[in-house]
Amino acid sequence: MQYIGNIIFLILLVAGFGLFAKSLLKIYRNIRLGHEINRNDRKGERWSTMARVAMGQSKMTARPVAGVLHLFVYVGFVIINIELIEIIVDGLFGTHRFLASVFGHGFYSFFTATLEVLALLVVIGVVIFFIRRNFYGVKRLTMKELFGWPKQDANWILIIEFALMVAFFTMNTSDFILQSRGVLPEHGSFPISEMTLVPFFEIFSFDNGFLMFTEKAAWWFHFVGILFFMNYLYYSKHLHIILAFPSTWYANLDKKGKFNNLDSVTKEIKLMMDPNADPYAAPAEGAEADVPSKFGAEDIFDLNQVQLLNAYSCTECGRCTSVCPANITGKKLSPRLILMKTRDRLEEVGRNIDQNGKFVDDGKKLLNDYITKEELWACTTCNACTEACPVLLDPLSIIFEMRRFLVMEQSAAPQELNLMMTNVENNAAPWQYNQADRLNWASEN
Amino acid sequence: MDFNIKTMAEYAAEGKAPEVLFWVGCAGSFDDRAKKITKAFCKILNKIGVEFAVLGQEESCTGDPAKRAGNEFVFQMMALTNIEVLNAYEVKKIVTACPHCFNTLKNEYPSLGGHFEVVHHTQFLKTLMEEGRLKIEGGAFKGKKITFHDPCYLGRANNEYEAPRMLLEKLDAELVEMKRCKTNGLCCGAGGAQMFKEPEKGNKDINIERTEEALSFEPKVIATGCPFCNTMMTDGVKHFNKNTEVAVKDIVELLAEAEDL
Repeated sequence: MQYIGNIIFLILLVAGFGLFAKSLLKIYRNIRLGHEINRNDRKGERWSTMARVAMGQSKMTARPVAGVLHLFVYVGFVIINIELIEIIVDGLFGTHRFLASVFGHGFYSFFTATLEVLALLVVIGVVIFFIRRNFYGVKRLTMKELFGWPKQDANWILIIEFALMVAFFTMNTSDFILQSRGVLPEHGSFPISEMTLVPFFEIFSFDNGFLMFTEKAAWWFHFVGILFFMNYLYYSKHLHIILAFPSTWYANLDKKGKFNNLDSVTKEIKLMMDPNADPYAAPAEGAEADVPSKFGAEDIFDLNQVQLLNAYSCTECGRCTSVCPANITGKKLSPRLILMKTRDRLEEVGRNIDQNGKFVDDGKKLLNDYITKEELWACTTCNACTEACPVLLDPLSIIFEMRRFLVMEQSAAPQELNLMMTNVENNAAPWQYNQADRLNWASEN
Repeated sequence: MDFNIKTMAEYAAEGKAPEVLFWVGCAGSFDDRAKKITKAFCKILNKIGVEFAVLGQEESCTGDPAKRAGNEFVFQMMALTNIEVLNAYEVKKIVTACPHCFNTLKNEYPSLGGHFEVVHHTQFLKTLMEEGRLKIEGGAFKGKKITFHDPCYLGRANNEYEAPRMLLEKLDAELVEMKRCKTNGLCCGAGGAQMFKEPEKGNKDINIERTEEALSFEPKVIATGCPFCNTMMTDGVKHFNKNTEVAVKDIVELLAEAEDL
């Protein structure tokens, strides 16, 4: 009977990580629905970008308040997860504060004290975040596009993180009191608990049995909470804590103004311009494979894997939308929403595949059913969104690919743009001027 | 113009090559307002004796607006034609006063076979100044308040924020920065082919929002580095009936005026 706790722990641990792995595999499968893009070049630059932007949070501080608070939560989260090692060993082998025996008394005290301080910073961070999000009225956090699940999701994340930290402090507090009563051996130092919760607990002069129970309960709550939170990620925008890393690694390293050239089009045009080319010649064997089935993107299958990874990585902070000139002036375009809708559609396709074994046409597309033309045509391609994103996501590339589809597959550009494109094609200028007049300015005064 | 603008064809006929090709661009060639920018730039180059050529009738749109509207066919038709012409003249260095031409020539032409050194006119003038060939003194703009509107396709798209500012500083003007400047700059509303269509429905037009910000500093001049920004800001200033008090001018126009050209 004495091993029952350890066995339950093991079962929970395996189930928790197993489910999490299953979710990650599903995300991986969905991302692979997009077509491949070669982003494995310039490895050194990619590692350093990831280190700087994802680990080093270099772009977060563009908004200092959110940046610093986020840093608290981030550093706290990373360091507190070292505690997870201890939890797992203690849980499996029934030890108590296993790391104390590894670290030695002095260093373990330093370690636990650091964790306490970080946990306090996390609490401060999430409480202010909660207030900012719900009562303070930061525009990008209170926009209509976040109503419903995105808003609830954000609040759940903060509540769960708060609860985990409370459990952590409760555990330390009970432990501290028991240690000072000589019931448990003395390990660690808990300055924050000592100052805050310990005096509060002492008012009630709980007996040892109750404190033992509280310590264990908080420990279990903390452990189950971590497993729950880990599995909640799949349903949440909080996935960014994992996917920010690959997203920054696979980020576009070229100049922001450099849009990709379609190779398939180059071939066509070169053939067109070559006076020796025989327009009626049968294509060489295997040549068909070069012709893409589609120009641009109509659905998630036409986007590339990095764009789909971006959709999963977006944490809906709205820094992109808050700097988008179209959005600022009241137009329907919101870069954040472009990524959110791409993810929504991607998940819908994922569920379709789960149900049917493969994708069965559901009569829907990313274009029109999720993202409207009006949004796409409002973009000035100014790159403010990509500059603002703290994890280097690229909503503009999705907008651009969808415009390509509208123009090259559907000829569905706004009339004035059709006119402009005809002019470029016929007069080599976007206006209807004669190319022969191009140097007239030189003879004018 | 009171001096002769030479074309690449003329240089080739003489068996010579100019120091740099000036890529005029469609706005610079046809738009009445932008033509003034073109001329001001030519005057500066002429004054300091930079040998430059234009393509003239052999120049075509770079394809930027078609590309950003999503029409890759029209873009590449333009690009490959232009590259053929440029390669035929063995062009090495291109300078342009349009950030859209600049961006496309610099970033999108190489993978299509067009490899040139491409600089924006502000970068070119900055180099000339550093080499001591161009000297500018404040003159007409000494102490006057100027604010600079960053063109997205020069700034964020290509990370060039300093060249235009350095030139403005030489005017001894009081350079005031808008809150949204440099990496945080706000678009004028013309990029991504928006220049050629009505904006989508919203509360206001982007150029109005931007001009409002610029005017809040009560500048004498709103300086631009892009013919499209120039048009958008000019329209904005007119919208607020400030066109008699506030001038919208390209940096080269300011330099030419300071030199009384």
